[in-house]
Amino acid sequence: MAKKLISVTVNGKSEERAVEPRTLLVHFLREDLHLTGAHIGCETSHCGACTVDIDGKSVKSCTHLAVQCDGSQVLTVEGLADKGVLHAVQEGFYKEHGLQCGFCTPGMLVRAYRFLQENRNPSEDEIRVGMSGNLCRCTGYQNIVKAVQYAANKLNAATAA
Amino acid sequence: MSAVIQTPDDREAALAGIGASRLRKEDARFIQGKGNYVDDIKMPGMLHMDIVRSPIAHGRIKRINKEAALAIPGVRAVLTAEDLKPLKLHWMPTLAGDVAAVLADEKVHFQMQEVAVVIADDRYIAADGVEAVEVEYEELPVVIDPYTALAADAPVLREDLAGKTAGAHGPRDHHNHIFTWEAGDRAAADAAFAAAPIKVEQHMHYPRVHPCPLETCGCVASFDPIRGDLTTYITSQAPHVVRTVVSMLSGIPESKVRIVSPDIGGGFGNKVGIYPGYVCAIVSSIVLGRPVKWVEDRIENISSTAFARDYHMDGELAATEDGKILGLRVNVLADHGAFDACADPTKFPAGLFHICSGSYDIGAAHCSVKGVYTNKAPGGVAYRCSFRVTEAVYLIERMVDVLAQRLNIDKAEIRRRNFIRKEQFPYTSPFGFEYDSGDYHTALQKALDAVDYPALRAEQAAKRADPNSPTLMGIGLVSFTEIVGAGPSKMCDILGVGMFDSCEIRIHPTGSAIARMGTITQGQGHQTTYAQIIATELGIPSEVIQVEEGDTSTAPYGLGTYGSRSTPVAGAAIAMAARKIHAKARKIAAHMLEVSEADLDWEIDRFKVRGDDSRFKTMADVAWQSYHQPPAGLEPGLEAVHYYDPPNFTYPFGMYLCVVDIDRATGETKVRRFYALDDCGTRINPMIIEGQIHGGLTEGFAVAMGQQMPFDAQGNLMGNTLMDYFLPTAVETPKWETDYTVTPSPHHPLGAKGVAESPHVGSIPTFTSAVVDAFAHVGVTHLDMPHTSFRVWQALRDHGLAL
Repeated sequence: MAKKLISVTVNGKSEERAVEPRTLLVHFLREDLHLTGAHIGCETSHCGACTVDIDGKSVKSCTHLAVQCDGSQVLTVEGLADKGVLHAVQEGFYKEHGLQCGFCTPGMLVRAYRFLQENRNPSEDEIRVGMSGNLCRCTGYQNIVKAVQYAANKLNAATAA
Repeated sequence: MSAVIQTPDDREAALAGIGASRLRKEDARFIQGKGNYVDDIKMPGMLHMDIVRSPIAHGRIKRINKEAALAIPGVRAVLTAEDLKPLKLHWMPTLAGDVAAVLADEKVHFQMQEVAVVIADDRYIAADGVEAVEVEYEELPVVIDPYTALAADAPVLREDLAGKTAGAHGPRDHHNHIFTWEAGDRAAADAAFAAAPIKVEQHMHYPRVHPCPLETCGCVASFDPIRGDLTTYITSQAPHVVRTVVSMLSGIPESKVRIVSPDIGGGFGNKVGIYPGYVCAIVSSIVLGRPVKWVEDRIENISSTAFARDYHMDGELAATEDGKILGLRVNVLADHGAFDACADPTKFPAGLFHICSGSYDIGAAHCSVKGVYTNKAPGGVAYRCSFRVTEAVYLIERMVDVLAQRLNIDKAEIRRRNFIRKEQFPYTSPFGFEYDSGDYHTALQKALDAVDYPALRAEQAAKRADPNSPTLMGIGLVSFTEIVGAGPSKMCDILGVGMFDSCEIRIHPTGSAIARMGTITQGQGHQTTYAQIIATELGIPSEVIQVEEGDTSTAPYGLGTYGSRSTPVAGAAIAMAARKIHAKARKIAAHMLEVSEADLDWEIDRFKVRGDDSRFKTMADVAWQSYHQPPAGLEPGLEAVHYYDPPNFTYPFGMYLCVVDIDRATGETKVRRFYALDDCGTRINPMIIEGQIHGGLTEGFAVAMGQQMPFDAQGNLMGNTLMDYFLPTAVETPKWETDYTVTPSPHHPLGAKGVAESPHVGSIPTFTSAVVDAFAHVGVTHLDMPHTSFRVWQALRDHGLAL
């Protein structure tokens, strides 16, 4: 199949690659760029394990073509930490026991990262709605809610300081 | 030696041992996208496999044409049953003593059955190849209902079993009959019923559901034709068993088979079995001499890998007028699908279903389970439970509610009257199980007090009295007892291998340690909790204890993680291995301190000379000495292996209470409150326990309120994607209240019983109890799951309660 050249910035690094037009973004990230944080759980954009951030929006990369990202800025879980310092959402999930098997976690983290920019002071109900595109089979969400609250508090404290 | 003098409390805290809510060691990799799941594994020259599946549920394969698929550039091979036949791998034995087709051999028995595999350079080309394989079928009549499967003129599903009048579990009396299995004392139960003034009965269906972990099943098989060895990375909850089976099937010596379960994205019983995809990937790698990856998609996962439940149950209780239960009888028709591939200990074709006398002191009981074939996928795994305990608990808890309603006795009170009393433990059940410990009355009272049960009942009465109330209120109560930690090898084996588990601990010269286990974590946090056990046993900080599992080449043989067996069995193995090390360490410490062993006291992290706090050796001191200059007569080094064969199962229990509000206009059922009190004996890491309970309750909520695998008359599974199959989001999921009591197991070295499945097992009947309770005042005694809005609304309509 004829390939198409795309340039995309992933976690701050510009990549120029030839991809088949049918290649899904999640496969491009996982197979071509070896960024295996985003996972495939359902192929129907229900579970959110493949969530990445594209140009400031949360996107399910299992139903998004790599060619659609030509010229875009993509952020994956691998890009959340800054020079070895965990992002507040990563710290929150660790401290509040917001993960068990870890399979949904990369998608949860990337979604929480975006959600907390959409809503800096979310209520518990708002967190539940804001994170509802991401399924978890292990935690029952209660500690994920706490993890997002932890991150919100930390981010707000940093802004206030 | 630290210059700062630490108090014993400081030293204890520094260990982060048993009882500490230690943060998880696993998390660092997962929160940074550095987990290593099967689909993350890449090997040089790796090919991809995809599967051609049957679109129909029952039919003959007339013809398979591979040519168009083989013509696609990048397709390397297409394999069918004909190709596997010379290797005798077109059928494989199941864990239940049946055989299952690896690739359909002349006939397909269920929709989405594996018919052929395509191996190609990448997954897209493999998928193209699957589309290009042409298969012609002749359709046969389909059997979906297990009752009609037993009709005299029902279609013959398993032609391969023609003439076989006995299966692995006794005689077969019909061509679609698999086994009839009984437990308890039928004559005694019949006598109890004959003499009893009160009898109640209830039919209930526990629907077919699927564990549906977020990661689907898959493997990477790599056969090295030069060395003749096979390495397979696989989504397995029992890698050692896989190694044994792969060796038996392939003829490759077990010493040349290495099975690795890397990080696993949830199992919940779905990853216990050995699936055709695994076998085909391994065969493909052997045939092609290159690594082959197979990862199923979600539709394949729900459609073809192991389902759970599908029990059609009839329960009967005999009782006195004041609600004392005298007898229990249960008859089950079990829909096992096309091949009997239930994952149970060999001797128990219905698993541990005979725990169905529950938490109650019942004089006489009998149960009978009949397994039948239908045109559905095989399976019958324990979905977050210990071998059919979920079905058993559902049955008895529903029956006790039915009896309470019949006698107009409150459901808490009737339980109180029938509980096994604290002083009766160890208690032998009418099915012969010896319950290790329990205190049900104390736990129930704590639960009732916590929710102010009388106030809830008063509120419900007020709502019932108001004809204009927009909602119905229901209160569910369940007092379950589980049986976990399979199990004693005299009762439990898988393919002849006893269900022990194992641990190897090595203490390094500088006082850190590594432990290797026969289990495998799938989110339970073994790397964290197992280290805590060693920390407390040996006085080494858990932070410097590395726990490894899942690689059969390094870990001692174990039966894996399912049935809440990790803590009851492997946790005990850890304690016993640590105690062997402790005993040797004591000898070394005595030598170092120039006293006799009898003059030493163990305190937290050190051996002290009795009566002299200044003279002591820490475990780290002893470790160095053991490698540096052990006492004469002792081997150097400090390590031990222990294989733990448990003397009994463990019996965790709990009291769950749920309040639902049902919208009379829509049937929408809101869980207002859910209180879960669990008693899992000794609690190793309370944070992890609570997390497991949240997760189990949420899976229970999913089963009770929405999960089912519906089939149409043609055998089409109508709901095999996450568009249809209910996995709750954060929005639907209730908020959970957790609580606990502690009744240690007397036979477990740590007193621990296991916990992660209790919330699933216990919560499901609690939801049903609550929903039914909302209708109790109009005489409803039971409503089958799932309690979706539509089904609840139908009940509202049928009883004149809909607005």
